[in-house]
Amino acid sequence: MNKNLTWKLVLILGILLVFVAGIFGPPWTWSGRGPLALVHDHINLGLDLRGGTHLILQVQVNDAVNVDSDNAIARLKEDMRAHKINYADITKPDPVNHPEMIVVKGVPPEQTSDFKSIVSDRLPEYDASSGAENSWTVSMKAQSLADLKTRAVGQAIETIRNRIDQLGVSEPVIQEHGLGDYQILVQLPGVDDPARVKEIMQSTAMLEIKQSLGGPYSSQEQALQDHGGVLPPDAVLMQGKSIGSHNNSDTGEQWFLISRASAVTGSDLRDAQPGTDENGQPEVKFILTGEGGRKFQAFTSAHIGDSLAVVLDKRVQEVATIKSAISDSGVITGRFTDQETHDLSMTLRSGALPAGIKYLEERTVGPSLGADSIRSGVQAAVYGMLAVLIFMLIYYRWAGVNADIALILNLVILLGFMGYFGAVLTLPGIAGVILTVGMGVDSNVLIFERIREELRNGKTPPSAVEQGFAHAWITIVDTHVTTIVSAAILFLFGTGPVKGFATTLVFGLLANLFTAVFVSRVIFDWVLGRKQRGEALSI
Amino acid sequence: MEFFKNTNIDFLGKKWYFLTFSLIFSVAGVLSMAFWHGIPLGVDFRGGTLVYVKYAHTPDPSAIHNEIESAGLKNARVQRYGQPGNNEVLIALDIQETSEQALDKGKTQIIQALESNVNQGKQDLNNSSSLAIFNYLLEKDPLHLGSGSDANPRYTSIAQAIVDYRDKTKGGVISSMDELKGAADPAVVASLQDSFFVSDFHIFNAEIVGPQVGQQLRGQAIRATLYSLAGMLVYLALRFEWIYGVAAVLTVFHDTLITVGAFSLLDREISLTVIAAILTLIGYSNNDTIVVFDRIRENIKLLRRDKLADIVNKSINQTLSRTILTAGLTFLTVLALFLFGGEVLHNFSLALVIGILIGTYSSIAIAAPILVAYQEWRGERGKKPIAMPLRPGSTTSAQPKEKVKV
Repeated sequence: MNKNLTWKLVLILGILLVFVAGIFGPPWTWSGRGPLALVHDHINLGLDLRGGTHLILQVQVNDAVNVDSDNAIARLKEDMRAHKINYADITKPDPVNHPEMIVVKGVPPEQTSDFKSIVSDRLPEYDASSGAENSWTVSMKAQSLADLKTRAVGQAIETIRNRIDQLGVSEPVIQEHGLGDYQILVQLPGVDDPARVKEIMQSTAMLEIKQSLGGPYSSQEQALQDHGGVLPPDAVLMQGKSIGSHNNSDTGEQWFLISRASAVTGSDLRDAQPGTDENGQPEVKFILTGEGGRKFQAFTSAHIGDSLAVVLDKRVQEVATIKSAISDSGVITGRFTDQETHDLSMTLRSGALPAGIKYLEERTVGPSLGADSIRSGVQAAVYGMLAVLIFMLIYYRWAGVNADIALILNLVILLGFMGYFGAVLTLPGIAGVILTVGMGVDSNVLIFERIREELRNGKTPPSAVEQGFAHAWITIVDTHVTTIVSAAILFLFGTGPVKGFATTLVFGLLANLFTAVFVSRVIFDWVLGRKQRGEALSI
Repeated sequence: MEFFKNTNIDFLGKKWYFLTFSLIFSVAGVLSMAFWHGIPLGVDFRGGTLVYVKYAHTPDPSAIHNEIESAGLKNARVQRYGQPGNNEVLIALDIQETSEQALDKGKTQIIQALESNVNQGKQDLNNSSSLAIFNYLLEKDPLHLGSGSDANPRYTSIAQAIVDYRDKTKGGVISSMDELKGAADPAVVASLQDSFFVSDFHIFNAEIVGPQVGQQLRGQAIRATLYSLAGMLVYLALRFEWIYGVAAVLTVFHDTLITVGAFSLLDREISLTVIAAILTLIGYSNNDTIVVFDRIRENIKLLRRDKLADIVNKSINQTLSRTILTAGLTFLTVLALFLFGGEVLHNFSLALVIGILIGTYSSIAIAAPILVAYQEWRGERGKKPIAMPLRPGSTTSAQPKEKVKV
């Protein structure tokens, strides 16, 4: 045999082995498991085939911007007071559409430069521009605003991932979705309860431990009365369930006067775990970080005898008297159920979402439907493929064997590609596989018809094969490039299942360029090499 | 074996028949889109709620519709889904019942409406998730595992086994709590019986698309289609002549129009996957067109003295065998998909079945005649005939072009 040909055959065999390993994994990892289980390990199935929950949500980034500009207003007020700059009013004229915009009214003209230097020193992310009648518009810089929004999305993804991880879902997808719409795609294979997932993702669990300055009061009015109608400026009224009566059925609401400043917050937590107290009541135990512990130590030692309130999401959970300095741990109690302490400790561990989220799309696929779809999709693919393989054998005889080898190899490479790249096989993806089979057949038909034509024109078999491949090659490149271009565009602009379709199509067409042109040619050359000069070609 | 040998059919001579045929179908489709069914968009594009329900018995769509209506959900559509023996219905709510403030409200209301005539105060085991069953078992602890570390994994696997039994063994619906005794410990079943009942249905699938996503997907689909057409036009203009690109794009536009028209005439919904099918047929039809164009390009070099119309005819005939074979084989695979691919792939494969027929027809009946018509139009206006396409492989147009004599 021709040395060049041997080398090509070895190359083809090598590629075949590499891609078979892509489908089933390398042989040393097989360890006696069945081929189906191995395929399952290496080819990722989309949600439509394995069942699960698919959610698209949008981060309300303006929430995060509002938090930032509220802080900026607080800083501005403080600094202007410290520098004795007068102002009539500081407001946000349009917090819904322009949360980044702050308007300061009534700054005296002679204090303009002081005002501007405060903004540039203390609020480097903001710009001040002057408006009518001594008013100033302080707006976040475009770049800072964009960064803040992107950060909010990134942080939301991180938080959601932390929480989903606690659910123990295998292979969850949590990623940014679309371009610049602040959307997040969450895909949870095998999870059949989107309502519960949303509950876990959305709970904000903002924990603060603050000093309690008074209460409980039965109503806001009573609290006000108690303080002569005016609340201290550094305190607010907060509501909570009746405290101190864990086991009775009293569910009345009470009010407490709570200091604005926090001793420690959720970010000072190192860990939180569900547990039970000495009466068997569910509670959440938490451990503070080193820094948080020092803060808490300092606070509690300075306030022995005072009251301490555990505030969760702006609601008072518990009020207790500080008996001694506490440094590194504590418990939160309050008529929780087991499930609630479980969820609460989870959300405390994973941190809070930086902004609210809105759900845009929700799909659940039951596992039985997915299994049915696989069965019918694969069944259809196998029937279609068999019909094509048999037809090629009948129509092209021995050359049909060649085409069938190329087609099967095409399929092996396609699946191997998917295994290596971790591409996801969806239901439309199976359709993409079928289409690849169609295109693969087309390439073979193009070549074979051309060879027949050349033979009819009186060419010898070797030269007919040569000419047939040469002419068909140009057409095959044109057809494949245009289809790959469309599929690539589909991949870029499509979503979910459509993307799966585009993936298989692109991989399939690339594989086909190799099998229909290179592999078929090598087989033809091998067949021709074994024939006597002038012997006819079976095509 | 060979089906077509040296055919010599005058395709261009039949161009008026082709034009009439295409016009009838295009106009019928356009009329249906404008005045009859419109363009029936799937839930992906218009937004809304789809809930797929499996029943333990043969469902009665009109009774289900009444239950839902009396729960206050307007304009619900209830229809049989899948094969009759599967006892499945599809309940669709339109976008008015689907708001982003409470995306899954419609679904919850449907469940409540369907459960309304049975056990109140208990949970429905047929529509409980494994998580809900797990939480219940963990709280009740029927096996007296205490709060030890093995309670969690034990109850997780028990809950999963119950759900698997329901979904995989019983196809989604359990008809009585006693059936569970085959799948779980009697103590567990007894405990479940305290707080669970079984309804006669199971929601096996739900799709809820808010208005924003619907709009986004619509835009995306239109962009993807336009961009892929533009990509095609540019590639063909570079490889051939611009008129070839224009002819190919007009051809696929014709195919898309007729396919979408057929969906409108048949009142079939166009979903995301149907868009994928339409893009596939664009690729496929284009594939066919390029094969013919490639042959025309080759023959123009060989047969300089022939009229373009003759060259085009000859090229179509030379590639006819390939065209029919490929179309036939691809049609075979797509037909397998249509017949055996199941309900989910039905509209997808329908689009491909129509598309492959139209795509094959159009590369012969539309694309090639456009080239000739353009040539004749230029000839009548006394201008020079179109330049011959570039040689394959050369990509610059700087070199002198050879001209075709007409």
